[in-house]
Parts: sequence; structure tokens; C-alpha cells
Amino acid sequence: MPADAIETRSGKPRAGDQSSRHRALGLTDHEYELIVERLGRDPADVELAMLSLMWSEHCAYKHSRKLLGRLPTGGPHVLLGPGENAGAVDVGDGLAVAFKVESHNHPSAVEPFQGAATGVGGILRDVFAVGARPIAVLDSLRFGEPARSERSRYLLERAVAGIGHYGNSIGVPTVGGEIYFESSYEQNCLVNAMCLGLAPRLRLIRSAAAGPGNVLMLLGALTGRDGIGGASVLASAELGDEDEAKRPSVQIGDPFTEKKLLECCLELLDRGLLTSLQDLGAAGLTSSASEMASKGGVGIDIDTCRVPLREPGMEPFEIMISESQERMLCVVEPERVAEVMDTCERWEVLATPIGCVTGDQRLRVLRRGTVVADLPVRVLVDDCPLYDLEPIQSAIAIYEAPEPVLGEAESPAEVLLALMRSANLASRRPVFEQYDPVVQSRTVRRPDEADAAVLALPDGSAIAVAIDGNGRRVACDPRRGAAEAVFECAANLACVGAEPLGLTNCLNFGNPEKPHVAWQLTEAVEGLAEACEALGVPVVGGNVSLYNEAPGGPIFPTPVVGIVGKLPDAARAGRLGFQREGDAIALIGPFHPSPVGSELAKLQGQPPRGELPLVDHEAVRIAHDWVRNAVRSGALHSAHDVAEGGLAVALAECCVAGGTGASVEPPEGLELFGEAPGSGFVVSGPEAALAGFDVIGYVGGSELEIAGCLEVAVSELEEAREHGLDEFV
Amino acid sequence: MKFGVIRFPGSCDEIDALRAAERIGEAVLLWHADRDLQGVDAVIVPGGFSYGDYLRAGAIARFAPVMEEVAEFARAGGLVLGICNGFQVLCEAHLLPGALLPNVSLKFVFRQVRLDVVEAETPFTRACAPGDRLSIPVKHTTGRFYAPEAELDRLEDAGQVVLLYASGQNPNGSVRDIAGVCNEGRNVFGLMPHPEHAVDELTASTDGLKIFESMRAHVSGLTPA
Amino acid sequence: MRARVLVRPKQGILDPQGQAVERALPALGFTGVANVHLGRLIELDVEDPARLPEMCERLLANPLIEDYEIEIARSATGQAEPEAEHVHHNAGPEAPAGTTE
Repeated sequence: MPADAIETRSGKPRAGDQSSRHRALGLTDHEYELIVERLGRDPADVELAMLSLMWSEHCAYKHSRKLLGRLPTGGPHVLLGPGENAGAVDVGDGLAVAFKVESHNHPSAVEPFQGAATGVGGILRDVFAVGARPIAVLDSLRFGEPARSERSRYLLERAVAGIGHYGNSIGVPTVGGEIYFESSYEQNCLVNAMCLGLAPRLRLIRSAAAGPGNVLMLLGALTGRDGIGGASVLASAELGDEDEAKRPSVQIGDPFTEKKLLECCLELLDRGLLTSLQDLGAAGLTSSASEMASKGGVGIDIDTCRVPLREPGMEPFEIMISESQERMLCVVEPERVAEVMDTCERWEVLATPIGCVTGDQRLRVLRRGTVVADLPVRVLVDDCPLYDLEPIQSAIAIYEAPEPVLGEAESPAEVLLALMRSANLASRRPVFEQYDPVVQSRTVRRPDEADAAVLALPDGSAIAVAIDGNGRRVACDPRRGAAEAVFECAANLACVGAEPLGLTNCLNFGNPEKPHVAWQLTEAVEGLAEACEALGVPVVGGNVSLYNEAPGGPIFPTPVVGIVGKLPDAARAGRLGFQREGDAIALIGPFHPSPVGSELAKLQGQPPRGELPLVDHEAVRIAHDWVRNAVRSGALHSAHDVAEGGLAVALAECCVAGGTGASVEPPEGLELFGEAPGSGFVVSGPEAALAGFDVIGYVGGSELEIAGCLEVAVSELEEAREHGLDEFV
Repeated sequence: MKFGVIRFPGSCDEIDALRAAERIGEAVLLWHADRDLQGVDAVIVPGGFSYGDYLRAGAIARFAPVMEEVAEFARAGGLVLGICNGFQVLCEAHLLPGALLPNVSLKFVFRQVRLDVVEAETPFTRACAPGDRLSIPVKHTTGRFYAPEAELDRLEDAGQVVLLYASGQNPNGSVRDIAGVCNEGRNVFGLMPHPEHAVDELTASTDGLKIFESMRAHVSGLTPA
Repeated sequence: MRARVLVRPKQGILDPQGQAVERALPALGFTGVANVHLGRLIELDVEDPARLPEMCERLLANPLIEDYEIEIARSATGQAEPEAEHVHHNAGPEAPAGTTE
């Protein structure tokens, strides 16, 4: 009987009385009752620690799991869908691309360098955990206004340095990303990291543990007290306050250890030595082992005394929930253990058998032969209650109007220059020059050359990837705004000639227990789903980050979307800058922009309110198809989607990137700075290539001339754009 | 022509160097713990973060078993090319003069830079003409070349300063804009820019190929007919 | 024995890390600060302290660009006594003019 075998704390009074222990760990009374009911008894301390993490929002997705079921996940190229460490799609030629985006928002607010670095480390592990070699990283960052907030400048600088430190050191290129500044993120910055990896299809591995009798091995770094935090209420009374330093709240990432771990794991997989592989992330050993066991329909025994420790005297509960970085868990057939140990020794990776797979679907934790935790796997993984959201649209404004930066009387030329130098639109060169975009020699399009990153594959085709999010527009209208994020990301891929194969998303929202946030979340997921269905792009995985809220209110509802696609000929990858004098310019797509939610509206001090443009999804799909095919055929010389800042800014960006001017007469009545992301493209090429479309102008000269509106030297546009972020980075 | 590319724990650009070298000849990986140089004609010490750049960049890698063989190979006149972290390793091993310090900006910098070939009479630059411009990317945090003034004068006089960052292109504050130097024997060459990332039209400039081509030309010039 | 090795950039070599700190301090309200340099501290237990200088020359410091200082604890508790031995290394092959040996 488990109860007899479980060691309980002897003699010492519990810290706090029995009934509030669980509350200190973040479990509600109702959840605790459920646990007692499922187990038929009170949980022991170690079990309570494990359950409190497995039943936390972060691990169990209590408030979002039901909603996420709305997202379409099927597709002809999908190899791994949601629920695995990373999603994966077939890219032909026997190859698969695995990818995922994840947030590390809260740790980055505490220590931005290490928070961002370990965010990159974690998403890298998710990708090589499925057997793919990480080949690219992208990051989506959001902070408060740099001009007004020293803290936001500090977070920006440190987060960028942390991402660069980890990605550069481990030899994975950072090929793209986005950065946005809104006072909404002042108290709750967003750091979302995306990784993609390449694998021979046959090397993709699932995390399901299998084979009772197989050995459970822990690879990588030593286990310390990282991330134990709130669960410290369970520590035995001897550990006093002066030992705060022993429970680091900040995890330190070590890319060198992870590089060795990565190479080692890929070699183990290449040689067929592993039955399954799983990375250790949030909730450490507990979540990894639980999920491996759950997927495999098996059980796992772990002996905490065999786990190699960084700190002396760690208790079993600490060992089970430690979030020390750079560790992987694998299942190995007994006759292969020696070979695994040899390989790990060669790579200087610590490898330790710590337990085994059993047939009884229980997760048991032992300490020197004594059972200290004995839980049915399903209680840890499946029995966590899932909550329905109670969405109610807010009747009052949630978000304040920003400080106006522009008056109403500025000329269009002044407005354009102000937008070009604004923090949200200025050149990100000071940031991306801190990243290595070329290591691994696949990068065909570097940041600023095209709307998506392009990575060559061995057979001459290429992968394209972009990451896009939207906060202010989703705040205006969550359903249409979220759809726009998907359309914009897919449009970026179309501009390089790529067909989307799969999508990963990170949902960054406030407190879902509040009805207005629940409404934002529900509407946004619906918008994502509709856009994915319209384009035929499946969601293969993702992440949710909730409770991003300050006393003043929630952050802008911010879905961040990453899409991976493929193009048949790397040499024909599109570029965004105008290339050739005399080329015709056309505006493609069902583009009906409005000033609502635009960058201009923000500079003018408008609150994020109003109706976003209604978009014909089918017409958007058709426009994407046309642009993609035109780029692939080589008929176009440039393609750039119209996003923030509207048509005027898109034209200016094409001029600056191409180093040439243009003369344009836009369609009558079109809002020059109005926005409708994802539904409009500025393309250029020989006139014949644009037959059937309305040519709006021609490439040439040294100025951007928009008839009846503005005439600005390209050098002036470039000057404004190049230096916008200078004082902040 | 057979190139050997060393792989340390933490090397990142060793496969890139291998692929670049394979465009010119045969290329093999040399594991840091093995002393067998496999009969290569030239050794490449690649870029990356060997041993995590712990203590000082290259400080630990220079003591790897393979590096003892490389020192011997260099003493016997064998060609050794050190790229970025490789340059740091060779300086720490005293196979090249000077040292690499943190960039003045204190930040990692990736940038496509223009280089001037000031010394074309080396086995690494003979495919170039003096004054040639090469477009090659740099990517490093610790790339500021330093040597004391008197040593710099000596290097310049001896023609050991091989590459300079073109005017206005110095990304890290290297003294006298020095991007690459060779030893007295001219058989060991180190540079911070990454020629292995400038070999493919698809991914940018192909100027880096000239360095690998120079090495092949030198080695085949030495081989009896 | 417990030893500490302090490694610092050689005088005369540009130290942008030190400069960055020197600039940051007044911004936080600390005046009267100058001549800031950043180095490294290495702590180790050694059986034979006589080998420390060689360790410094070969690995712990790069004598071309760094100076080092060795501190050896004398007392049984491992605390450095006031008269603990300090070994300075100040001069390289090309000491900049003006440095005292």
C-alpha cells in the first residue's frame, strides 16, 4: 500500500497548517480536494510538490487547453503535431523541419539576459529532443517605450545580449525576429523564442517512453536548486533564511554545455541508441518523466539518490522539481547503456542511469530504496481540471491612449519621416548585428534583405521562416487582429516565394480568470483558427503565457505566430528592395487599409479602439498564391508586404533597401498610412510581369514621390530609419 | 590537396570550414583529443566558442592534444589557418604574435566587411594581388587585435601584417586596423573574418575562396611533378 | 592552501569594460571615481604554492596583455592574514614607457 511506504516528515511541525500547504503552492482548495479524491488519501510532501507544478497553468494549460482544441492541426505535410516537444513538417527529399515558439516572459522581467538566454536554450532543447538539429532561431520581443523608460531600454539591451550570447555560442544562427514597443508591456515584457531544426525524417523521435525494464538516463548538467522558489515551503525546517542564495531564482544558461549535449544527443540518435528522448524544462524531472510515461502508457521509477547534484543535501522534492538547465532524459535498452555512456564520455556529457521504465503506469520516486512518492501517471498529466473561460467583452476601455508624438498638422512627408524613425519601424540593425545569422552556412536571405529568412537545403530548395505578432491591433479587435497576424506572417513567406507548411503560436495574454481577458483569448483563438483554415496552414504546436498583468491591467492581447514554409529554388528567393530602374510597381491584394490601430494612430495619441478592416479571406489566399508564384517564376524583382505604417512606409522601405527612388500614384482614396496587414503587397518587375494589375508607378530617381502628397529624398528616408533605435540600444 | 579541420568541444564553424575546403580539395575533421593529423596538407583551426571561451578565448583549446601535433606540424613548415576562434587559439599557443581582446563596443558584431590585402606573398593570399579588396563577414565579441607598438612595427616591416580592415570598416578597434597576420615563416596565418562564409554566391560574396585556393596552389607548387 | 589570483588588463591597453563601469557609476550618483579596470579572480586550493607563478604564466593569465597578482593564505582558517604573501607581476617584455619596474 503506497501510504505505508511513503515517508512522511517525522516529528517536525509543518510549515503552516495542513490545509494551507497546497495554497502556498498555488493549488486551489477544489484542486486539492480532487487530488485527495483521486489518490484516496492526502498526498505526501514530494507528491504535493510534483502535483502543484504539473497542475499549474504553465504545465497543464488549465485555462487554455479546451480553447486550443479549436485550432486546426491536420495537414498533408504534418509529421508531429501539438503535444510533442516540437511540431514537425515534411519538407521533401527525406527531410523534416521541426519547430516551435515558446515564451520566457516572467524570467526575462526578473533577469533579462539570463531569462532570454535560457529561453533560447529551452526552445533549442525542445527541437533536438525530437531528433532535429537546430538550424535557426528567431525572437519576438516586446517592451515598454524606450524613450520614456530606462527600465525598458535596460530590458531590451540585456535581452538582446542574452539571445546573442546563447545562440551565437551554440552555433545556431539567429535569422529573424521582431521587436515592438508599447507602454502596455512596461511591467510585463514579452520574450518569445522560436527555433527550427532539420532532421532526416527517420531520425524524428517521439518522447513516449517504452519498454518496461528499459533504463531511464539523465544527461547533461548537474541538478541544483534552480527554480524551486515557491515550493520551498516544503523544505525541512533546517534550511534557514540565510540559505536564500542556495535557491537561485534566476537560472543561468550555459550554451557550452548545451552544445556538447546537442551534438551528443544527435549522435546517439543517428546510431539508434535511444528508445525515447525528452528535454527537461518547466517542472524538471517531474514533468519530463510524467509526460514520457503518459505518452507511452507506461510507468517510471526514479531514484533521487542517483541524480548527480550540484548542491549537497538536496531533498527528493527539490530534485524532482529543479529547473536546472541543459539536461535531457532518455530511455535506453539495457544492452545499449554502455555504448550510450561511451558516446557521452566522448562528448564530455555526464550520463547517469537514474531509474527505469515499468509496466504499471505509476510515477514512483525513491530515496535509498524507500518510496517517497507514488502517483498514477494520469493524476499528474490528465486529471488536472480544465477550466472553461467565461468570456465577456469589456464595455469600458481597457487600454489608455498613448502620449501623442505627432500633431494633426504635420505634412505627409513629415509623417512619413516620423514613422520611419519611430521605435517600432526604425532599422533593427543595431540589434541584429549582435546575432550571427550565417553559421551553418544555410542562410540565403539575411535580416533586412527580405521579408522572411531563407535557409538553403541540400537539394537546392529552401526553407523560409518568419515570426509576427500583433498587440495593439488585437487590442482593437481580437478576432480580426489575430487573423491579421497569421496573414501577415504568411504574406512574409509569399514575398520570398514560400508556401506555408505549418504554424506555431505563442499566446501572450493577461489573467484569463478575468472575463474581458477571457474574451480576448477566445476571440483571438477564433481569429487564428479562421485564418489558418483560410490559408490551409495547420498549427503544429505552440505555447501559452497567461497572467501577464500589472495592477493597471493586462498587456495588449498578443498572439505571436511563426510560420515555416518551403520554396523550390533557393536561388529565386525574393528580396524586398526595388532592384532596377524602370521597373513597374504594383499594389497586389484585397487591400483596404484604415487608420484604426495603426502606427500613425499611435503616434497621434489614439487609443487602440475601433473596427479593423473586414478582409475577404479567400481573396487574401489568392493574392498570396499569386505573389508566391510570381516570385518563384523569377518574374518579379522585388516583393514586400504592406504592414505597419501602410503603403507609404512599405514604399519607403523598398526604396531604402534597394537604394533607389520611385514615383508612384496610389489608388484614389487609399489611406496612405492606413494598415491592413497581410492583405497587400508592393511588388516590382518588368511591366509585362504585372500585366492585368494596376501599375501604380515606376522605380527610378533618388526620391520617393507619391503624387500629390510627398517627395522625400531616399537618403533622408534612410537616415531617419537607420538611426531611430541608436539612442536605445 | 587535403585539409584537416579541428573540432574542439564548442567549435561552431568547423563544418562550415569543412564544406568550404571541400570545394577546393579533400577535407577531414580532426578530433581535439586525437593526435593523428591524418596526413593533411593544411590544418584549419575553425571559428566558434571552443571550451565556451572560458578563462580567455582559446586559452584552453591551445592545450588540446591535437594542438601539440599542430605546433609540430607548423614548426616543420606545414600550413595552418586560424579563423576567428582559431586565430585566438594560435595566438594563445604562441604560433602567432599578438593577442585578441574584447571588441571596443563590448558587443558581439556580425558585419560583412571589406578587407585590404596588404601582403599577397603568403601561401594564403597568393591568389590575390596586393591591394585587392575582399568582402568577408566578421562575427565575434573578442576580435580586437593587439600587440605592443614595437612589435607592430616589426610585423609591418617583416610583411607579417597580411590583411587590414578597409578604411572605416574596422568593426572592433583592432590596432592599426589589422585583420589578419602571419608568422615569420609565413606558414601560419590567423584572421578574424570568416572566409568559409564567403564561398557561395547563393549566400553572399565568394571572396573567401581565394584563401583556400591560395593554400591549394601553394601545396601543389610544393608537390614534385 | 587557499590561493587567489587576480588578473587584470595591462596598464596602457585599452580597457573598454573598465571605461563602461567608470561611466556608469556617476550616472548612478557616485562621484569621485576614476581609473576603473576590470579583471578576473581565480580562487584555488594548492598543495604547492611555488608553482602558482608558472600556472599564471602558462594558463591563468596571458602575460602579453595581462598582469597578475597572487595572494596566498597563511592561516589555518584559510583567511588571508594582513601579511599574506602578495606576488605581483607587473612588467612584460615591452613595458610601456613610464611604468616603474
